[in-house]
Amino acid sequence: MIAIIELGHLALIIAAALSFAQALLPILSLSGKAQIARILQTSCMGLVFFSFGALVHAFISSDFSVALVAQHSHSLKPLIYKISGSWGNHEGSLLLWIVILVLFGGIFAQTSKALPARFVTLTLSVQGTVTLGFLAFSLLTSNPFERLVDPPLDGRGLNPVLQDVGLALHPPMLYLGYVGLSLAFSLAVAGLIDGRVDKAWGRWTRPWVLAAWSALTIGIALGSWWAYYELGWGGWWFWDPVENASLMPWLAATALMHSVLVVEKRGQLRSWTILLAILSFSLSLVGTFIVRSGLLTSVHSFASDPSRGVFILGILLFAIGIPLLLFAWRGPQLAQSSDAALASRDTALVVNNMILVVATAIVLIGTFYPLGLELVSGARITVGPPYFDATFNPVMALALIGMVIGPVLMWRGGSLPKARQTLIIAGISAIIVIVLSVMLITDISAAGIAGIGLLGWLAFGMAADMQRQLKFHQPTQLSKRLTTLGLPIWGVWLGHLGMAVFLAGALGDGIARSEATIRAMPGDVITLQDRQYRFEAIENNLGPNYQTVTARLALETLDGSDIAILKPEKRFYPAEGQTTTEAAIRPTLSGDDYAVLGDGDATQGYTLRLYHKPLISWIWGGAGLMAVGGIFALAGRSRRKLVS
Amino acid sequence: MNAKSQRLMFVAAGAVLLGIAAWLVSTALRDNIVFFFTPSEIDAQHYEAKRLRVGGLVAAESLNIDGLIANFIITDDTAQIAVRYEGALPDLFREGQGVVAEGRFDQKRFIADTVLAKHDETYMPREIADKLKEQGVWQGADSK
Repeated sequence: MIAIIELGHLALIIAAALSFAQALLPILSLSGKAQIARILQTSCMGLVFFSFGALVHAFISSDFSVALVAQHSHSLKPLIYKISGSWGNHEGSLLLWIVILVLFGGIFAQTSKALPARFVTLTLSVQGTVTLGFLAFSLLTSNPFERLVDPPLDGRGLNPVLQDVGLALHPPMLYLGYVGLSLAFSLAVAGLIDGRVDKAWGRWTRPWVLAAWSALTIGIALGSWWAYYELGWGGWWFWDPVENASLMPWLAATALMHSVLVVEKRGQLRSWTILLAILSFSLSLVGTFIVRSGLLTSVHSFASDPSRGVFILGILLFAIGIPLLLFAWRGPQLAQSSDAALASRDTALVVNNMILVVATAIVLIGTFYPLGLELVSGARITVGPPYFDATFNPVMALALIGMVIGPVLMWRGGSLPKARQTLIIAGISAIIVIVLSVMLITDISAAGIAGIGLLGWLAFGMAADMQRQLKFHQPTQLSKRLTTLGLPIWGVWLGHLGMAVFLAGALGDGIARSEATIRAMPGDVITLQDRQYRFEAIENNLGPNYQTVTARLALETLDGSDIAILKPEKRFYPAEGQTTTEAAIRPTLSGDDYAVLGDGDATQGYTLRLYHKPLISWIWGGAGLMAVGGIFALAGRSRRKLVS
Repeated sequence: MNAKSQRLMFVAAGAVLLGIAAWLVSTALRDNIVFFFTPSEIDAQHYEAKRLRVGGLVAAESLNIDGLIANFIITDDTAQIAVRYEGALPDLFREGQGVVAEGRFDQKRFIADTVLAKHDETYMPREIADKLKEQGVWQGADSK
């Protein structure tokens, strides 16, 4: 009997054959036959979807004769974590990566009817080559469908830290972003081969960049949110290599998102944009390489395997090397001189790109320096937050200053009416909040003051720009102005305001956080700034697949009126033989109360870590707002296309 | 301003930005990196008061918890370092398990402000795993 698992495996092999054919189309001089490429890409998508479905089915039905299920699942696990368990491991997450690769290819195949046939075929051929590389990687080194001769009675379970809703959603969103950039890459390489990179190319490419960027933004935010509530240390960004691996493509894609706009509107920055598209996806691959190879120490690494690392390194060299050679050959033909004035949106976007690329390089150096130093001198070092605070933050501060200036300048030159007024308002606001912060906040650092000044500049600058264009003081015509302005400007506003909201959250937590670590007995009262925790009791409870030690803490105001009950706990998972810490968090818009139960017993007392974290949820709210901005820009674009 | 001088301006601005960034990076890499050692590699006096990471196994029966203060010994089976840490220990901290402590030497004792334990059953900080394999005291399964 052939089981569904074998069919899934077979589907993956056929998909690889189809991708191979798809990659070869231009060589077979079938470039004009876009229809063949479309059919191949769409069939490949169907087969990979089926294959992934077969794997998920094996996880849901707890088929422990499949090695992957036996290693990473357990019959007692809640359904959602059985499903998410299918991508909570190396082999399955690689298959998810391929699912998204063919999904983007498939959507492009189906939405590109109006594009030139040759260009579509070339793009799908490049996409097919990338797909083939990853299918080969999966089938040759990381087959998710391997069977066990002697299946166990039950699985080994999924790492309890990963049994979590945020983490169930984090990889799919992150991959939508990472892998979404593959299409920008394919479009760029196709444009290079075709020798045709013009305003139309910019118009075709920009939606894919916006979609990938928005997904990547949400994916990174989900990962950060997960680390915040699940790891139990109260931090939201650790400058861990794996975090950096997602930040680098994000920074490059942010630059790309802005430069491809210049291509679309002005037909400028063409060769630079092509280079950025190649680099953005390359950085996604570098990120994959970091996570999969175990080359860099990280709390997130999957169990490492050198042969897999070598395979990805091969894909990486191929995917970066060949396009860059192609770029060196064809790129110079794309160069052209600009006719824009110095004070123009064109210039602002060039500066934006310079800053973002330098920021990407800073993260890249900080991530790989330990590896380089170890290879050269054998010394083992860690590059931690102090490095990034000293380098990344000042450079990004420049970007934040530019976020107000760019939008008030016009294409080619000159500024919009009353733009100067907007900048003056932003500048005065920045000075006022700096003075206020120095006067009102004791022990504030220079970096904190600078951050608050930037926040004032950005928030009031954007508000002034909205006021200038929407004229809130003349409400009668507001609805008309809203409709004529269109969605793209909202993309800019929401995206840039999202950054202001994010910054407010980061500053609130960074400047005004309070925390206490103590040993306490039930009955004790612990004071933290303007509130107190009454340690009422220790309880023992049973969860679906774990046992707990739970502390019952009553959060009160200093005069004893109740605010909430917090129940931080330690969970013991018998199936996995592991203990995890579950922080108790009371999130509010003005700040989170965050309690963690550490080790201890009835005679020694229990370790408690208590935090108050002002505005911290604004960090993820801001990231969400940025992603919404990206979606508005995307929607605005397609609506205009329908109108014209 | 003509196109040529404008391009020159961009190149100049880019060079200035790169120069500043390079200066920031080189300064930060000189001042803000933390070296990693195992107990047998380290000469405590030489690194007195410098920020470091030390890693190895938590020696059996060396853990002594008093209130918030944990005293324990990190070993690589050749040498030992006595560590004092104040704060909450990670879930996976156990005697006989891999651990990395970050902090400073004070006399011969290592005063840690951060303690990292291996993150799950198949994970151990690579620095420790390499060292332990070199010294033949590796206990975990070979990396899969």
